[in-house]
Amino acid sequence: MAELRGPDTPPRPLDARALAALAANPGCRRRALLDGAGVDKAKLADALGSPSGFGQSQFALTRGNAFEAKVKADGGAELLRLVRERLGGGPEPVPGEARTPDLTAAGPEGRTARTALALREATAEAAGAGAWTFLEHPMLALDVAGTPAFLEPDAVVVHPDGTWTVVEIKSFPMIDGSADAAKVGAAARQAAVYVLALERVAGHLDPPPRIGHRILLVCPKDFSNLPAASAVDVRKQVSVTRRQLDRLTRIEDIADALPEGTCFDVTHSADALTEAVESVPATYAPECLAACELAFHCRDRARAAGAVTSLGRGLRAELGGLTTVDEVLAAAHGHAGDPHDPAVIALRRAAQLRAEALGLPGPGLGHVASAEEAPACR
Amino acid sequence: MSLITDLARLEAVQSGRAQAVATVRHRHLSQRPLVLVPLITAGEAGAPLGALVGTERTSPRLLVVPQPRDRDLRFAFLAELAGVVLPYVDGFASEVETAERAETDPGTGKRVKVEVELCADAPQLIVPSRSGIEFVRLLGRSMRFRRTAEQDPEAPYPAPPHVPLLGRWLTHFGERARVPGSALLLAMTDLLSRHWATGQSTLEDQHLGALLAWIEAPDGTSGAEAALRAELSRDAAGQLVCPPAGPATDPAFDNQLLAPAIERYDKARAAVSAAEDAVEADIRMGELAAAERAVHALVESRTRPTWDAVWRGLDALCTLPEGPRATERWTRDRWSFTGHRDRVAAGEPPQPRRDDAVTAANKLATREREQARLDAQEALDDPLVMAGRRLTGEAFAGEVTESVPAYNEKNRPRPLITVRTDDAPHLGERTMVYRSLDGKPQAAEFVSYDEEGGVVLRVLDKMGRGKEPEPGSVPEKGDTVCFTLFEHEQRGGPKLPDPEETPWTHGGPPRTDEAGAPVPEAPDAMTSEDLL
Repeated sequence: MAELRGPDTPPRPLDARALAALAANPGCRRRALLDGAGVDKAKLADALGSPSGFGQSQFALTRGNAFEAKVKADGGAELLRLVRERLGGGPEPVPGEARTPDLTAAGPEGRTARTALALREATAEAAGAGAWTFLEHPMLALDVAGTPAFLEPDAVVVHPDGTWTVVEIKSFPMIDGSADAAKVGAAARQAAVYVLALERVAGHLDPPPRIGHRILLVCPKDFSNLPAASAVDVRKQVSVTRRQLDRLTRIEDIADALPEGTCFDVTHSADALTEAVESVPATYAPECLAACELAFHCRDRARAAGAVTSLGRGLRAELGGLTTVDEVLAAAHGHAGDPHDPAVIALRRAAQLRAEALGLPGPGLGHVASAEEAPACR
Repeated sequence: MSLITDLARLEAVQSGRAQAVATVRHRHLSQRPLVLVPLITAGEAGAPLGALVGTERTSPRLLVVPQPRDRDLRFAFLAELAGVVLPYVDGFASEVETAERAETDPGTGKRVKVEVELCADAPQLIVPSRSGIEFVRLLGRSMRFRRTAEQDPEAPYPAPPHVPLLGRWLTHFGERARVPGSALLLAMTDLLSRHWATGQSTLEDQHLGALLAWIEAPDGTSGAEAALRAELSRDAAGQLVCPPAGPATDPAFDNQLLAPAIERYDKARAAVSAAEDAVEADIRMGELAAAERAVHALVESRTRPTWDAVWRGLDALCTLPEGPRATERWTRDRWSFTGHRDRVAAGEPPQPRRDDAVTAANKLATREREQARLDAQEALDDPLVMAGRRLTGEAFAGEVTESVPAYNEKNRPRPLITVRTDDAPHLGERTMVYRSLDGKPQAAEFVSYDEEGGVVLRVLDKMGRGKEPEPGSVPEKGDTVCFTLFEHEQRGGPKLPDPEETPWTHGGPPRTDEAGAPVPEAPDAMTSEDLL
C-alpha cells in the first residue's frame, strides 16, 4: 500500500466521513483502492487538473465549533441530561458528579489505548456506583483493509446501566422537531462507523457491554443556539457499513491486478498520474459529485467515453445493454442494434414518437398526422 | 423519467445543445413576477446575508445584512424585505371578480352556490433554484411566530412591524409550492428543466448557470463547454466566475472575500462606539459607511449574475406559448391566494407549526389530486408529453377506419368506431378510454380488436339528447383521434370531518382555552446572545 502512495507520503487517515461515503458508492474500485491505500484524493484531484469543489466556509466552522462547545459545557451536564431524556439508562444525572476522564495522550495509538481504558473503568464504575461517564473526543481505532483508521467521535456516554452511546453534534438546525433528511442520513452513517469501532473495544471486555444502536443526534433547536436532541436508530447503517468494511479486504486483489510500478504519488506528472488512476476501474455516477474528491476527473472520463451513466443511474437502467451515447442513438435511429432486443424496439418507438410530436422529419408513422395537424390530440 | 426524455438528453449530449421536452409552456408566468435572489450565511439557520429583490429587471433592490449574526441588522433586513414583498402582494388583493363556489349550507346541510370574491390576478415569486424555495419556507417559519412590540409589549426582542405578516405570506407561498402544477412560487431551475433536457444529469441541472448555458448556446457553439465553464471556471483569485445561484455561497468566497469584509465592518463599528469626540466620531462613521459599502458590493457581485440569469430564463420560457390548461391551473393559484388573503384579513392566527390531522390529510389529498391533474393536463396540452404516455401504453393515437351507428337497449346512440394505431395501449375488457372533445372529455369503452388489429371502441357520451348523435360528436372515418386510458378530470376525495370533529385516534379536536378560543402558538424561544 505504501508503494501505491509514494515513498515519502504518510497515509492519509480515513476519517469517518470518508468511510461513511463508501456506502454511497460501494462498487467503485478506484475509490476503494485509493481510500484503502491512504492516498489524499483531494491532492490527487488537484494534480490531475480536476480539483474538487469541496471546502468549508469558516462561518460554518466557527458556528459548528461554538455550538459543540456550548453543548459540552460544564462537564457535559446539558448533554447528559439530553441523553437521559431521550435514551434513559439510569437515574437523573447530577450536574458536576458525572465522571469526565482525561483522555489526553501522545499520538493516536496512545489516545486510543487511553480511551479503551477509560471505557473499561467507566463500565466497571457504572456497575458499582451507577455513575454517568462523559468521554469528550475519545479516539477509536477501526481496522480498515489491514491498516488501523483512527476515528474521533464528538462524544461517547457510558450510562449507569453500562450501555455505551455515541453522541453526534451537528450544527444544522432541527426545526419543529425535524431536520434535513439528507444531513441526518449522513450523520447517521458517520455515527454507524463509531458504533462499529466501539464494538471492537467492547469485544475485549468480559462481559461485553451493550452498545446502544440508537445514537443521540444533537442539533440547534429552531433558530436559536439551544440544543435539541433526537435518538436516531442506526442499525441499518451499521450493518451496511460493516458489510462494506468486510468487502474492503479485497483491496489487495484490486492492487494485485494493477500493472507493475503503478504509483499515485502526487509529485508525479499529471500524465503519469492519469495513467495510474485509469488503471483502476471507476464506477462514476452523478451522486459521486457530492461525495468524492475525484468526481470531476471521473466525470470528464465518463463523458469522454460517452457513458450514459454520466446522465444518471436511472437512465442507465432503462437502456438495457446499451452503455454509450452513440450506441443508444444509433439504435434509436435504426442504424444499429438488434431489432429483436426489447430495449432497441422501445428506443426506436420512442424516437419515432418524439420526432412525430416535434414535427421533425424522422422515421414517420405514415397515417398518423404530425403535431401541427393534431394539436394537443383533440 | 420516460424514455422520450432520456432520448432528448442523449441527443443533447451528442449535439451539445439542450433539446426540447415540451412544445408549450406548462406553467403560467405572471406579467409582473417578483424575482427574489437570496443568499444565506453558511452554518446558520435562517440567517440571511442579503438578497436582490424586485419586479424590474434593470433595477433590483439590494438588501444586505453586513453582520449576519446581529439580530438588529437581520430584523432591519427582514423589515426592508417586507417593505418590498408586502406592497407587491397587496397590489393583487384589491382587484377582484365575482365567482361562484359550492358551499355546504350550515342550516340545511345542502350544497348551495354562493357568490364569492376571486382575485383577478395573483402574485408570483420566482427564485433561482429549488433550495431557494426551501429558504422561502424557512424564512416564513422563522418570522411568522415573532411578536412585534405592538402585539406584545413584553416581548424580549420585538420584531419590526409587518415582519410576522411577511412570515405568514412566505409560509403560504412555500406551502403552495408543494402542490404539483402550482405557480405562486417557482424555482427557475425547475421551470427550465421541465421544458428542456440537457446533456447532463438532473443533479447537475440544479446549477442555474450551467443549465442556462445548455439552453442559450448560440448556433454553432457547444452548450456543454459553456456549462462546464459556468460550473467550474475560477478567476485568478480563485473565485467562481459564475457564482452559485444560492442561497448557499461558495466557501472560497466566504473565506477569502466575505469574512475579511465582515471583520473590517465589525472593527469599524467598534471604533465608532469607542470614538471620544464628535470629530473623531464623524471620521469613524465615514469608515463604517465605507466598510458597509464593501459588504454591499460583495453581496451584489454574487447575486447580480444570478438575478440576470433568472430573467434570461424567463426570456427563454416566454418563447413557448402557454399551455391552455396552465391558465386553468393558475386560476386555482388565484383561489389559493384569495383564500389566504381572506384568512389574514379575518385576523386568523399564523399557520401552526404542525398541521392537525384533518388539515394534513386534506393537504396530502390535494397534492395527490393535483399531481394526477397535472399529468393529465400536460399530456392533453402537449403532443410531446402525450407521446410519452403513448409509449408507455397509457394512450393511443390513430386514424378512424370505420364508424358504425349502434344503439343500446334504451335506444340511445352508442356508435362503434375502429381506430388503427401503431401504439400498444394496455386495453382490457371494457377499459374506459377518453378523448378531448372541445376541451371536455368524451368517454368510450374498449370492445375488442378487429382481425387487422384495429381497436374497436363504443362511444358512450357527449352526443347530445337526441336519437341521432349531434354532428361532430362522433369520430368519422378518416379522422385522427387520440384516446387516453387516464381520466382527464379529477374527482375530489372523500369528505373529511371538520377539525373540531377530529376523532381521538387522530389527536382529537384542537386545544382551546376556557373561553373556547383556540390556544395560540407560543413564539420561538430566544437566547440573549446571538454571537455563538
